[in-house]
Amino acid sequence: MDVVQEALVWLNDPLNWTGPDGVPALTAEHLGMSLMAVLLAALVALPLGIWLGHRGSGGTVTVVVANATRALPTLALLLIFATTGLGFGNRPTVIAAAIFAIPPILSNTYTGLLDVDPAARDAARGMGMSGLRSLVQVELPLALPLVGAGLRTSAIQVIATIPLAALVGGGGLGVIINNGFALQRYGQVLAGGVLVAVLCLVAEGVLGWGQRLLTPAPMRARAAQSRAAAA
Amino acid sequence: MIFVPDPLHRRDLHGSVTPMSAAPDNPWLSWDYVQRNSADITEALGQHVSLTVEAILIATAIAIPLAVLAHLRPRLAGTVLGVSGVLYTIPSLALFAILYPLVRDRRVTVLTGLVMYALLVLVRNILVGLQGVDPAVTDAARGLGYGRWRVLLRVELPNALPSIVTGLRLATVTTVALVTIGVIVGYGGLGQLMFRGFRSQYHAEIMTATLLTVAIAVVADVALWLAGRAATPWSRAAVA
Repeated sequence: MDVVQEALVWLNDPLNWTGPDGVPALTAEHLGMSLMAVLLAALVALPLGIWLGHRGSGGTVTVVVANATRALPTLALLLIFATTGLGFGNRPTVIAAAIFAIPPILSNTYTGLLDVDPAARDAARGMGMSGLRSLVQVELPLALPLVGAGLRTSAIQVIATIPLAALVGGGGLGVIINNGFALQRYGQVLAGGVLVAVLCLVAEGVLGWGQRLLTPAPMRARAAQSRAAAA
Repeated sequence: MIFVPDPLHRRDLHGSVTPMSAAPDNPWLSWDYVQRNSADITEALGQHVSLTVEAILIATAIAIPLAVLAHLRPRLAGTVLGVSGVLYTIPSLALFAILYPLVRDRRVTVLTGLVMYALLVLVRNILVGLQGVDPAVTDAARGLGYGRWRVLLRVELPNALPSIVTGLRLATVTTVALVTIGVIVGYGGLGQLMFRGFRSQYHAEIMTATLLTVAIAVVADVALWLAGRAATPWSRAAVA
């Protein structure tokens, strides 16, 4: 029996595309959880990155945070959260994914603000702008492309992490893979893997396109540069 | 130790089941646990380390010629980086799910996935290192009568060494963490212990496996950093 054929059959079965465990519902749940995680991460990382970048110090903090989260497996944090008071399922996954989404946002926001041309900052102060006004009206707009790149990187990472929720009884597209393994239906496993991969590739494309669309034309070169550097 | 998740209870598990913490004592750190399960822990640790080492060795063996090729044929560089970027976007869990039905071998599946991700990190870093070599240096070598291959072997690769080491460190630390995702196919090294600990709500098992995973990453990172320093004595003064 050919697994690829089984996967195609699974993907063509209308039953798999309807109901609470159908592909559209699971994809919606997946994206909802991802959005939640990115918002949580942004809530922590944006103010912190803006503050550190505006002050112009704290580079070590961002590097240490990034390195520490790289060595710690996402699965470990997820299982620890799921074992403690956070309960099973979606909540611990969203929180774990959010924690791992902090470093890209933090470091990009920090670098974005740090890289603002000092002349622009000086001019703002010279025009009589207060520190806060200079931050909001001059520094933040200039840092926007990099901040956007950070949000995009973290969003892709979160969408790729959310499938782990299935391991702790949560939802999202990982459920298809997990159930497939449990039932030893490897065609379904293959189909689920392809669906998750496609979702990530589509998200990458859409976010990249959205970022280009939202970045003012004169700043596009800078955003492209920063993405190359981040990669 | 085959991983059997329970799909039928997915919805039931939302909060309605309370963790079995009614047991009198469930510490996160327990030397007692380590002593009584040393055989299991050693096995998982061995699996984890051997997967990491094998993956990095294979990935390096493929990455260096690939990066050199992309460097020598600049038109290929865009393709190599583009393809690696696309592959890197695919999550490890999905990759394992795609590979296992086709390969039907748990170790090969996890190893292949790990090699792929390490490969992408390595190719990128080696290529950046090769392209970052000061053109004046390669010009000087050419002027001394070095051929293309000799420039590559004696000038460019040694000069790219710092960024190759950076790539190796990044790839290794990432791989150590990624091994745990192998639980999806029942071959995740220390991740296997973490998951078993989660299913039986055994705190010490999860924490011990977590700490050991982080320890492997840190030890490997420091070892590679030291090896890199030893291999590039000329850059030490400049960096410090």
